[in-house]
This record gives sequence, structure tokens and C-alpha cells, in this order.
Amino acid sequence: MIDVRLLTSVFNPGQFVGPFTHAHPGLGGVCTFVGEVRGEGGVEALELSHYEPLTLPGMQALAQRAAARFGLMGIMILHRTGVMLPGEPIVCVSAAAAHRRAAFDAVDFAMDHLKSDSWFWKREKKGGAWSWIEPRAGDYNDLARWD
Amino acid sequence: MAKLVFLGRLADVAGAPEREVEPGPLAEVLSLLPGELAVALLDERVRMALNGELVSEPEAVMLEAGDELAFLPPVSGG
Repeated sequence: MIDVRLLTSVFNPGQFVGPFTHAHPGLGGVCTFVGEVRGEGGVEALELSHYEPLTLPGMQALAQRAAARFGLMGIMILHRTGVMLPGEPIVCVSAAAAHRRAAFDAVDFAMDHLKSDSWFWKREKKGGAWSWIEPRAGDYNDLARWD
Repeated sequence: MAKLVFLGRLADVAGAPEREVEPGPLAEVLSLLPGELAVALLDERVRMALNGELVSEPEAVMLEAGDELAFLPPVSGG
């Protein structure tokens, strides 16, 4: 089962991970990563924008690639857009597989591609002012591990 | 008319998330924009998508009436 969604309001990852897990009877393991807005450094809010014609199709293609590459039983990718506050989840990736290594690696792979190879633009608000966040060199190095 | 869409920081440079323009070759469309915006759009790290398809040869883009051309700066998600 491949389940990919863009969410426009605050969500509870557990509400999605439960049904996703139950959809794969006989699985060996599920690995889930949840990314949240960090509260450090005086960040007051984060805003993610996307481009409708590219973002969701790109996420669906990423999910298909991960499922094929790691032989998954299923993968779920949830990504927020809009304004988020510290402590709110931004992203949730869950992979179900017969064996744990495939599930770990698939989530790692999907997160690296969501960070620096998916159609999202992020800006943060500090001291009342918004500024755009450029990808870090480390994000590209993480991505290159999968070439 | 055709539509230009500006993502991320490019929307700040443009002062709006999108802009209506007269159709025509891309070079001509860009030449009619404010200089600062044209320079930002021509940054080599900015990708383009014409009607939802990534553009591999920007110099060949010819905007027709009703087309949507998006300018996509480096991404940062997750």
C-alpha cells in the first residue's frame, strides 16, 4: 500500500500509522520517522510552500521508488504545508517490510529525498520577521549517499 | 495572456506569487520584467516547469496564451 498525502493542518502521526500498520498483516516490521518544528533558536513559526502540479506527483514517485528499491510491503509519506508552530509535526514517513533493515533504510532514503529533492520551500519566522531557508550542504551529502 | 509563477524567495523578489505576461519567447518575456526579478529568475539554480512539466531547455521556451511557467528555486523540505 502506497499512501502519500499533503496535509494543510496540524496532524497526529499516530492516527495515520495505526491504520497503515494494520493494512499490512504479516509484516515483519514498521519503521516510522516523524519530523517536527524545532523550538530552538527563537523560531516562532515555520511555513512550507509547495507547487501543486509538481509536489504531490513527485512525492508519489519517491514512494514508488522507495517501495521498489527496498522491496517494501508498503510506504506512507505525509507532509505538511502552510504555517506550523514549534512542536508540530512537519513530516511523517512510515515503511512496512518483511525485515527491519528494509524498513529502516527506506525511511532514511525517503527523508533524504524529501529534505533536498522534493518540491518544498521553507521559511522561518524569528523576531517577527520571515526568512527563507536554503538547503544545507549536509542535506546534499545525505542525498548523495543513495546514488 | 500567460502566467508566471514564483516559488519560495522568488515570490518576495517579484512582490507577488504570480504575474500575468504577454505570450512570447522566454527571453522577450524576461526582458519586460524588472531587472532585479529577471536576474533572480535567470540564476542557474532556478529550475522551470511549463504547464507542470520540468523544462530541460529553458532557452527554447515559447509561452503561448494560457501557459503557466513556474520558477523553482533550490528546495528545502522535510
